[in-house]
Amino acid sequence: MTQTAQKLVVIGAGMASGRVLETLFEEAPGAFEVTLFGAEPRGNYNRIMLSPVLSGEKTYEEIVTHDAAWYAEHGVNCRFGEAVEGIDRSRKVVITEKGETQYDKLVIATGSDPLIIPVAGKDLPGVITYRDLDDTNAMIAAAEKPGAKAVVIGGGLLGLEAAAGLKLRGMEVTVLHLMPHLMERQLDPAAGYLLQKDLESRGIRIHTGANTHKITGETCVTGVRLDDGTEYEADIVCMAVGIRPATALAKEAGLACGRGLHVDDQMITSDEDVLAVGECVEHRGMCYGLVAPLYDMAKVAARSLAGVAAEYTGSVTSTKLKVTGVDLFSAGDFAEGAEREEIVLRDASRGVYKRLVIEENKIVGAVMYGDTADGNWFFGLLKDGTDISEMRETLIFGPAYAGGSPLDPMAAVAALPDEAEICGCNGICKGQITTAIAGGATTLDLVRGQTKASGSCGTCTGLVEQLLAVTLGDEYAAPAAKSICGCTDLTHEDVRRLIKSQKLTSMQAVFQAGNWKTSCGCHVCRPALNFYLLADWPDEYQDDPQSRFVNERNHANIQKDGTFSVVPRMWGGITTPGELRAIADAADKFQVPTVKVTGGQRIDLLGVKKQDLPAIWADLNAAGLVSGHAYAKGLRTVKTCVGTDHCRFGTQDSTGLGIKIEKRMWGSWTPHKVKMAVSGCPRNCAEATCKDVGVICVDSGYEVSVAGAAGMDVKETELLGKSSTEEEALDLIVAFVQLYRENAKYLDRPYKWVAKVGMDWVKERVVEDPDSRAALVARFDHSQTIYQKDPWAERANDEVTKRWSPMADLTLEAAE
Amino acid sequence: MSWIDIGALEDIPPRGARVVRTALGCVALFRTAQNEVFAIDDACPHKGGPLSEGIVHGKSVTCPLHNWVISLETGAVQGPDEGQVRSFAVRVAEGRIQLDTSLAGRSAA
Repeated sequence: MTQTAQKLVVIGAGMASGRVLETLFEEAPGAFEVTLFGAEPRGNYNRIMLSPVLSGEKTYEEIVTHDAAWYAEHGVNCRFGEAVEGIDRSRKVVITEKGETQYDKLVIATGSDPLIIPVAGKDLPGVITYRDLDDTNAMIAAAEKPGAKAVVIGGGLLGLEAAAGLKLRGMEVTVLHLMPHLMERQLDPAAGYLLQKDLESRGIRIHTGANTHKITGETCVTGVRLDDGTEYEADIVCMAVGIRPATALAKEAGLACGRGLHVDDQMITSDEDVLAVGECVEHRGMCYGLVAPLYDMAKVAARSLAGVAAEYTGSVTSTKLKVTGVDLFSAGDFAEGAEREEIVLRDASRGVYKRLVIEENKIVGAVMYGDTADGNWFFGLLKDGTDISEMRETLIFGPAYAGGSPLDPMAAVAALPDEAEICGCNGICKGQITTAIAGGATTLDLVRGQTKASGSCGTCTGLVEQLLAVTLGDEYAAPAAKSICGCTDLTHEDVRRLIKSQKLTSMQAVFQAGNWKTSCGCHVCRPALNFYLLADWPDEYQDDPQSRFVNERNHANIQKDGTFSVVPRMWGGITTPGELRAIADAADKFQVPTVKVTGGQRIDLLGVKKQDLPAIWADLNAAGLVSGHAYAKGLRTVKTCVGTDHCRFGTQDSTGLGIKIEKRMWGSWTPHKVKMAVSGCPRNCAEATCKDVGVICVDSGYEVSVAGAAGMDVKETELLGKSSTEEEALDLIVAFVQLYRENAKYLDRPYKWVAKVGMDWVKERVVEDPDSRAALVARFDHSQTIYQKDPWAERANDEVTKRWSPMADLTLEAAE
Repeated sequence: MSWIDIGALEDIPPRGARVVRTALGCVALFRTAQNEVFAIDDACPHKGGPLSEGIVHGKSVTCPLHNWVISLETGAVQGPDEGQVRSFAVRVAEGRIQLDTSLAGRSAA
């Protein structure tokens, strides 16, 4: 038999088919030439991590599992965004808009469709499902509107994760659930109650027993009306009532389908050349919507394709809710029955609830709330059908007590058998992890890389770390949190606390107090420390130019050929003929090769030699121009539109406010660069809503919003506060920037920092507490008395020219 | 070996650098926190970045363009990256910095 590659076509580029391909390339490299169709215009990402993306705890980039390079490496022909319209099994082709694709083997992994309840208004704009990245982005976009309200229909796993994410995004969230308690398929009423309390304490409104009558609105969603007449206002309605296997394509192709696409234990459909995996599948009467069974199916399907014997016999599933701070675990069947007994543990003050359902001395169901550390242990006993009569007395206390061993989490992990499952998402058991550790995977990253354990939802990371500790003993150095650099074990947050609490005012003091392992730090920690010290102790600390990156040390941006760029400040984007003449003269005099208008409404002179910088600055200074700090982790520009002076739509003097902000804040150093804008009306010509700080003028005053981004990430700003006067708007901005200066990690832009501390935390200090705001403003203004100096004027002299010129020119010396 | 006077130690800031034009191209003179002086090529082997503009730490300098770290003692690139720049003989005598005379001359390499 010749070894020519067979043609494999895969429909659906989700997690199940991704795992099929991974396994297939391991088991039978080169055996198949793969074409992958995906309805979404992107490759495979970790769909179960959409909730952290929605809540802002992760970015899309962080959850990508297969990038373009991976597909390229394995020769996968990716046809993303191209929907498959039909399958002709007699000719073995898949049909799309662009034509036909031949296959020898076909894998269907079309996943599931969200269920839409058939009520009036279900098709209105603003009704969103929660299945993919586009849905997630639509919800994130909706949450950007200040004071926006969301109604989530469905109090199951998906709906609650959506609700928690939208709440974290600042929306007012109501969850409508048809059944009497939340997550009734996974939780008993007691745990459902604890969950409801927990979510309510986070400000999420929960309405159980809610029967949706209609979704209201004329041109877009405005609310939801229940059968009992209750009405909730809504800017968006998230429909998360369930999923249904997506089988339309398979049905049309004449494949046997029930609720889902029928497959046998080898994942083969009624056509022996067509396999199917994932949420679209029905196996032994079961359809699955959780990731672990999908992965099990995927492995079997890949082996079937590779000609290796494998068999899928169904999965017992467990559930964890991915809402930060909510610990919930559920597995098996926990309905009461005549033959069933239960063991319950409650600790009201800690909000802990555990319940085991036992039948014939075996665990058949487990529900845990508040403390789920033992979940995997119970789940292992459940799946293995272990007889628990021996340990029944202490069973509920978990493995730490089983057999009377001491209460020590390490002992609990050590006591687990090798078959105990640690990572539910990827089906990795303890034995596989300890084998990897023995084989040299001595860090969490290495274990993840080799076994995938804790690589999906990440909730078992703690267990994997404990396994590392138990297996390696003292050799395992737990990575507490990520330290600044190799010079120290402290994190940025640790160091900022240390500097404030111990009043450390010099770099050496920080090195000493923080047990630095190097004598003078490195290029990573020193710029950070220099900023922390000057921000916290403007009077005591002396700025250290040798701890600054080249651009800030030289007050100009280095270019790839070693020359520099010069950007004078143009207050609010306003300039004069005189200034423009001075810029033109300087460009001529110093033979500037490129003159460019920047995105921040000013002019960049590119290609100036370092030794010419002081002289060109002197010329610009003479015309009244100062440094634009275009090189600084500091205030860059305040972009403005023309406002009431000229614009027929302008509501306030946006240019004037922009100039005032820039005059007040120029020269201040910040953890990363800060860009601002002021728009004179909501048409937003100055693009204020993607800046670090943006002001939108309205008839009634000023809307100050913060934490936008338009770089590697693109993000709309969030409303900080409204003010009726310019003075108050300025104070809000200054206080926000000072809070950022005092608390953010070096090189975190405001949007990253706000995502970590939360907008509520910021508002408490900047908006709601007038004393706190005033103190922040005072500290900023004080710092400005020291740092608001034109660095060009200070350096535009012969002394600096001399220092910045070569020390000697040996090419002029005669050689001996 | 014969030496040629370049300037005073104080002409270079501690943890800083200055450039000398030589027959072999620009050479960067570094002064560490411990007042040691080193001389290496002023061009990173990666993309030619001016090492004299980098941050000096210990006996290393970090290139300002892409953060390659180069040993001042040997000119070798440190860590995961690989490469080498030339290093040159330099000494400090009575507060004066002196370079190897062979770097002088009009015939640029």
